[in-house]
Amino acid sequence: MVVKTITGNKAVAYAAKAARVKVVAAYPITPQTTIVETLADIIEHGELDAKMIRVESEHSALAATLGAATTGSRSFTATSSHGLLLMHEVVWWTAGARIPVVMSVVTRAIGPPWNIHVDHNDIWDQRDAGWIVSIAEDNQEVFDLTLQAFKISEDPRVYLPMIVGLDGFILSHTVAPVDIPDQDKIDEWLPERRQPYVITPESGVVMGNLATDEDYYMMRYSIQAAMVEAKKVIREIDKEFGDFFSRSYGGLVECFHCENADYNIVISGSWSGDAKEAVLRLRDGGYSVGVMRVRYFRPWPDEEIRDLLSKSKGVLFVDRSISFGGKGHLFTESVTNLPALANLPAIRGVIAGLGGVDMGSEEFYDLTKNFIEEVEEKGRFYDPLYWYIPSVYREKYKPRLPGYELAHYRR
Amino acid sequence: MPVKLRDFPRIHFNMPGNAACPGCPESMGLRYVKMALGDKAVLVIPAGCSSVIQGISPKSGINFPILNIVFAAAAAAASGMKAGFEMLGRDDVQVVVWAGDGGTADIGLQAMSGAAERGDNIIYICVDNEAYMNTGIQRSGATPYGAWTTTTWTGKKEHKKNVPFIMIAHDAPYVATASVGYPQDFIEKLRRAASVKGFKYVHLHAPCPVGWRFDPALTPDIAQLAVKTGLWPLFEYYNGSLKISSFSRMYRNKQKRTPLKEYLKLQGRFRHLKEDDIKVLEAYIDRLWAWLDLLEKAPHPSDEMKQFVKEGR
Repeated sequence: MVVKTITGNKAVAYAAKAARVKVVAAYPITPQTTIVETLADIIEHGELDAKMIRVESEHSALAATLGAATTGSRSFTATSSHGLLLMHEVVWWTAGARIPVVMSVVTRAIGPPWNIHVDHNDIWDQRDAGWIVSIAEDNQEVFDLTLQAFKISEDPRVYLPMIVGLDGFILSHTVAPVDIPDQDKIDEWLPERRQPYVITPESGVVMGNLATDEDYYMMRYSIQAAMVEAKKVIREIDKEFGDFFSRSYGGLVECFHCENADYNIVISGSWSGDAKEAVLRLRDGGYSVGVMRVRYFRPWPDEEIRDLLSKSKGVLFVDRSISFGGKGHLFTESVTNLPALANLPAIRGVIAGLGGVDMGSEEFYDLTKNFIEEVEEKGRFYDPLYWYIPSVYREKYKPRLPGYELAHYRR
Repeated sequence: MPVKLRDFPRIHFNMPGNAACPGCPESMGLRYVKMALGDKAVLVIPAGCSSVIQGISPKSGINFPILNIVFAAAAAAASGMKAGFEMLGRDDVQVVVWAGDGGTADIGLQAMSGAAERGDNIIYICVDNEAYMNTGIQRSGATPYGAWTTTTWTGKKEHKKNVPFIMIAHDAPYVATASVGYPQDFIEKLRRAASVKGFKYVHLHAPCPVGWRFDPALTPDIAQLAVKTGLWPLFEYYNGSLKISSFSRMYRNKQKRTPLKEYLKLQGRFRHLKEDDIKVLEAYIDRLWAWLDLLEKAPHPSDEMKQFVKEGR
């Protein structure tokens, strides 16, 4: 075991190295770039026996990763934002092919205007494609989740590709201590690559030619069935990882004081840390409040969210993304569970932090305290779209905001 | 060593259930690919007629292992496969892209250029039927001047994009043109390509009865006429030098070329052409040969310069 103080992107590269990937195909995009740089460095200097394909686009990056994986070689790629959108077609094709590959997504805003800062619209945009989609909170989890991703995606009950998200700059370019287990131990824990089929001259395998509509339909069914299985596998591997390496995160979600709290925040990604800090302060002030951090967006943690909604007095969803004309993504996914509940909690869906707008624990403290006080005063309410506009911007943007009534924030 | 027809293997390359149209040049071409490369090849096929010709899964009408892939990504997927095989110690596997002219000259050009520039050790075959036939005969970058398509009702106004020349400009270690009308030549070139390390490009001219509007029995004849009129010169760019192939050599002499009209009149897509249009096409042929002359006369690369001719990884 060795503890290194490294950036999130280095943690990704070291995890790919620890998993002994054989082929890496990637294209540079901020803030993913240092992953490619580090892997190129590691491979060129013989620290990892792998081939690096320096492709000319992200579309090609994932296609090459998929091509390599179909031969039976463990393959890896990483991207962000526009790169992820460019490869979106191949994102679907890879899942449809049921070929396990692992991809890091360093979350970043989508232009225009150009913006390289953290935002979750790029990663959640992949939610329908048949990939397992996860997102980490800190650099240690980035390493652990990336390593686990190989085992989860290559599990015969799953056989689906997997995305590991990490927030642009907040994690990707910020150093923090990361405990990297010994390679022997990792080799013992991570099995040899498994996949449903390989394409070799002898295999006779043809992947992806026309199918009957009925066959196509049932293949879609099988992806959904694998997603349901994946929930079990994710929980199982998280626990097993904990037994082996003494670090466990709670499966599809992480519960931070959420077991018996009256009020809860549902959130995802690195700023969960700020929310947790605010929650600790609120708890010191006598508020019964917790955080449920969504670690996996796909498969969606229905059971955990349903349970949380049924026992909370109020739930605050904080999304760093929006489906325009709709709502935030965590919010939208969660409320699909409401009809199954006898007792409905008060609900607020908050949009905040788009394009890297900073949200510290102070903001989370105010947001949460206001929500709790409002529920205590008014009782149950349903407020699906609440644009949080920090006070520093409010006066500046007021004249330019036609939908200003959306921004309820009072201070 | 010249390839003889009687030496061709006698096994079924196109299987029952194959969904090709009558007179399809692609199923002819695929048969020759298998004859040339045997059992050590896997195909990467982007969207196009060949996606359909395979027939309905879980069976396949083509006797090859195939990775079907999205339209723009064939070369990249092949690069990945090759890297995967190499990492598993399978250097014997030939990874072959089989892409149409749309998947090569248009939507797949970027990925192919990238693979060529990196010198990835694959064979890229463009099977060129000069339009998007699978979607219903829309013009592509490889459609010739004057041709009717369903997006150029009065005839295409631009000339054909010359992809082999683009690949020569990449200094790929092997670039060749071929035709389904000359299977021996095509097979010989594929075998030579297979012996070269690095990125190999073979552009196969493939007349399509449906899209070009001719009798399906005439596919090989039309293909040969394209060569005989000088419109589709067969050549090889190898070791940094360009050489006209034997079947085309005599058509360097303009007098020996079959009149272009003989080729055009058999095809419905050229029915509306006027004398002036034919002159434009004839001028195109002359210019094409002038370019070839220049390339052929270009000094053979010195040993020093050969270092710049990529030999792959």
